[in-house]
Amino acid sequence: MKFGILISEGPYTHQASDTAYHFVKSALEAGHEVPRVFFYHDGVNVGTRLSVPPQDERNIQQQWSALAKDHGVDLVICIAAAQRRGMLDANEAERQGKDADNIAEGFRISGLGQLIEMGIETDRLMTFGD
Amino acid sequence: MEDDVKKFLYVNRKAPYGTIYALEALEVVLIGAAFDQDVSLAFLDDGVFQLTKSQDTKEIGVKNFSPTFRALGDYEVTKLYVEKESLDERGLTADDLQEIMWEDEDDDWAEKPSIRIVSRAEMADVFADQDVILSF
Repeated sequence: MKFGILISEGPYTHQASDTAYHFVKSALEAGHEVPRVFFYHDGVNVGTRLSVPPQDERNIQQQWSALAKDHGVDLVICIAAAQRRGMLDANEAERQGKDADNIAEGFRISGLGQLIEMGIETDRLMTFGD
Repeated sequence: MEDDVKKFLYVNRKAPYGTIYALEALEVVLIGAAFDQDVSLAFLDDGVFQLTKSQDTKEIGVKNFSPTFRALGDYEVTKLYVEKESLDERGLTADDLQEIMWEDEDDDWAEKPSIRIVSRAEMADVFADQDVILSF
């Protein structure tokens, strides 16, 4: 089966992104397809490469980046939600005149159309939030 | 082409202010309208407050986005299901909600109401009929 994943809560405060990660990992191992994960609301904060959690804790961003690298999962951060919350890629940082960007490897910033497209093109859309 | 059309339901469960879910849900609806899918919105729990009229957010310094609901008809989003029990539980009636109309081009552009007040049981049927459900 082809799953689309929507993550709508931020990392560490909420378990949603952890649960989504475990679901996606298990689904891929079971032979399902997960072409895309879409990060919305505070979920966009999962994609910052500047988080530095304590060493004895999981690094949520790095878990996702590894999943993207190993399985080609398309990790899409909503641009409108990202801009509100200070998440910028290099292009956006330049366009908005900001002095830094913070998007982690394997993530990309794009529009909400990618969420709708995911709903159209997958068999099931799963939301991980509150 | 008809096979490519899916039924999308956007579920609104939260109050319009206090958290950003309602506003960002509406942003998804507006973008999604460009994809020519069969779109419905559901309002239940505190989500019914999103449709109340005379919202005034001046004192909390947050943008009042409620007028946008009246523009949904222009985006061909014409099915707004509101759960009656959620209204009742909050002391609200249909009169407390904005008038949201759409023009039916198949009926000589007659103005029709977009808000459909349904029972909890009917809302369950609306949910069961969908292909994609996005909950906010």
